[in-house]
Amino acid sequence: MLYSKEVMDHFRNPRNVGEIENADGIGEVGNAKCGDIMRMYIKVENNIITDCKFMTFGCGSAIATSSMATELIKGKPVEEAVKITNKAVVDALGGLPAHKLHCSVLAEEAVKAAVKDYYDKNGIAYDQEKYKQGTWGHDHN
Amino acid sequence: MIYLDNAGTTRLDDQVLDKMMPYLKEEYGNASSLHTMGQRAKEVLDDARERVARCINAKAKEIYFTSGGSESDNQAIISACRLGERKGKKHIITSKIEHHAVLHTLEKLEKQGFAVTYLDVYEDGIVKVEDLKKAIREDTCLVTIMFANNEIGTIQPITEIGKVCREKGVLFHTDAVQAVGHILVDVEKMNIDLLSMAAHKFHGPKGVGALYAKSNVLLSNLIEGGAQERGKRGGTENVAGAVGLAVALENAVADIDKVAQHEIALRDKLIKALLQIPHSALNGDKENRLPNNVNICFEGIEGESLLLLLDDAGICASSGSACTSGSLDPSHVLLAIGRPHEVAHGSLRLTLSKHTTEEEINKTIEIIPGVVELLRKMSPVWDQLQKGARKHVI
Ligand SMILES: Cc1ncc(COP(=O)(O)O)c(C=O)c1O
Ligand SMILES: [Zn+2]
Repeated sequence: MLYSKEVMDHFRNPRNVGEIENADGIGEVGNAKCGDIMRMYIKVENNIITDCKFMTFGCGSAIATSSMATELIKGKPVEEAVKITNKAVVDALGGLPAHKLHCSVLAEEAVKAAVKDYYDKNGIAYDQEKYKQGTWGHDHN
Repeated sequence: MIYLDNAGTTRLDDQVLDKMMPYLKEEYGNASSLHTMGQRAKEVLDDARERVARCINAKAKEIYFTSGGSESDNQAIISACRLGERKGKKHIITSKIEHHAVLHTLEKLEKQGFAVTYLDVYEDGIVKVEDLKKAIREDTCLVTIMFANNEIGTIQPITEIGKVCREKGVLFHTDAVQAVGHILVDVEKMNIDLLSMAAHKFHGPKGVGALYAKSNVLLSNLIEGGAQERGKRGGTENVAGAVGLAVALENAVADIDKVAQHEIALRDKLIKALLQIPHSALNGDKENRLPNNVNICFEGIEGESLLLLLDDAGICASSGSACTSGSLDPSHVLLAIGRPHEVAHGSLRLTLSKHTTEEEINKTIEIIPGVVELLRKMSPVWDQLQKGARKHVI
């Protein structure tokens, strides 16, 4: 098998698929050219991510990592959620084949992008450097 | 399980295996040995060579057994270029949609100072003979254009290409790995100088193929060693494999029209049904196409996830998406026929065989629309298309 049981479970039964109307933050990363796009919606109450949904155009590992990422950040304070790394997502899935790791980077980026959008919308200050487009380690030209 | 990946490889025929078995078991002699058992193996090998030759209208001494399509492609191209080089000719013409066995060999030659012209295949996936005529130069030593494409199934105008090459005195190689055993090949009539084939694409064994080289074309070795294959490929001969190749090819050629008819009926039914799915498109020309090839793009979805879901539903298929190839770019073939990247990622290849049944095709037609819809529902690209934030391209 290309993927572990855990990955296939999240691929076959993705958690939190869909849209959140009136989301507090929306992040979209990747591009259709490279074959992976991830869109993440977050709902924030009292600085806690109370709901999170995603839509993904991509391969099995892109869908599975999106799904796992939503599970990992739900219920977390925003500052904590944003610290999620793609490694943490991949580990939670029990690993990915080496050539598939690049597809998982998007999950981390999507969370960051959604949080950035939330900060922007609410006038919350943050370290601009950390959220600059293109520093998210996913280069797809 | 519904197996629709016959361009990837095919099921070995039981009857072919039966004919191979004696040479894996009791008749295990080395065809280079002088003793009786060795000499019997040599006779069997020569007989296989004769039979393979007959299937493509070649002479037995023009057939060299190899490990398969890739090796045949490598040796054909490198041999032609070594011959060209000696006369100061270092230009090669090919198409943009060749198999990597050809393209990567050419890239290697480019690093060695050869110039390569990559002919366009336009939207229909077919090279224009006029373009070829214009591309041929004084220093062209080789034209290598595949007989039929492995992804989109398009069949190239091989007879016309061969004619042009012969007139201009340029060697012509064709990667016929997807064509041999599926459409009739006549190396004489088609003016082919070098041709590659692989047994596993027509119900023969894996790891064995042949290179046809016209008697006046001197081959260079890829593998140095003993005097096997008239000194052009070292290594103890794969007698059972050669027998398997010969038997499978004879069977395929004997039934070629019958199988083609069967496949075309199912292929066209499948194409028609899948094109009912909104924003889908057939890749490659509808007419000049292998009898068993269906290749369709679905907008808004990605190929690998489509394959995984089809696999869950019991359908074995293939795709040209980047994520199935392990690279960031989708299939060079789909890009060459003008599909934008995002559409090329959503391609599905279904390739039939003589074993494919109408029932299997009906089941496939039932399953695919639902899977496409499921993936579209979670796709931000499809969402953008629906909301008009992105323009449909197919
Ligand atoms: C057109 C074409 N050329 C070459 C090859 C390589 O053949 P093989 O796998 O036997 O080396 C293939 C098979 O994948 C093919 O489809
Ligand atoms: Zn991917």
